[in-house]
Amino acid sequence: MAVRVQAEDFDVGAELAAFAAGNTAVGGVCVFVGLVRDMNKAGEGGEPVTAMTLEHYPGMTERQLEAIEAEARARWPLDDALIIHRYGRLTPGDRIVLTATASSHRDAAFESCRFLMDWLKTKAPFWKCEETPAGARWVDAKETDDVAAARWGD
Amino acid sequence: MKVLYFAWLRSRIGVAQENIEPPTDVATVGDLVCWLRQRGGGYAEALARPEVVKAAVNQEHVSHDHPVRPGDEVALFPPVTGG
Repeated sequence: MAVRVQAEDFDVGAELAAFAAGNTAVGGVCVFVGLVRDMNKAGEGGEPVTAMTLEHYPGMTERQLEAIEAEARARWPLDDALIIHRYGRLTPGDRIVLTATASSHRDAAFESCRFLMDWLKTKAPFWKCEETPAGARWVDAKETDDVAAARWGD
Repeated sequence: MKVLYFAWLRSRIGVAQENIEPPTDVATVGDLVCWLRQRGGGYAEALARPEVVKAAVNQEHVSHDHPVRPGDEVALFPPVTGG
């Protein structure tokens, strides 16, 4: 079980190779990797995003991510869980976030990996500021993220 | 009381954190937001719509009716947009 908040990039292959290594009770690993995309409000005529800066609340970020991971462990029989979230200035194509879960059974791995992302989106104190040709703008929270988080209950 | 501001609240207010001593009738997060707004300038601009301001006390998410006390670490920020 681990939570990491860092400016540096991460190597997905190396992280997964080390994840749940040596635990032969694990039947499946599920991983989600979030990337910076070059369009916000896709399909709504949004300006292309040239870069974004992720601000966070040091201290609270780690506490919230650890609480989210603990909640996932309480809800599903997990052998391991990992959350990595970057901060600082990133450009399109860069990795932002990784969530991974390991369990004896795939349902628990799939569901808990999605849960980690859905809760992270609405509870972890990160804020994105996008750079576009028209200037910088803070990203608005999406109602669809609240809906996604709400389906897991409190 | 230590108060931290994030994202567009920070940029509008112009500081990332400050130590303040609000009057004793500031009992909740909502009271604190109202009191800060009355400072005018960037505070009035950043806190013009309290309903869109989220808060944490001692690094836990709270609602605006949560109490605040001397020595607390209070953070004010817009809805989070990580992930």
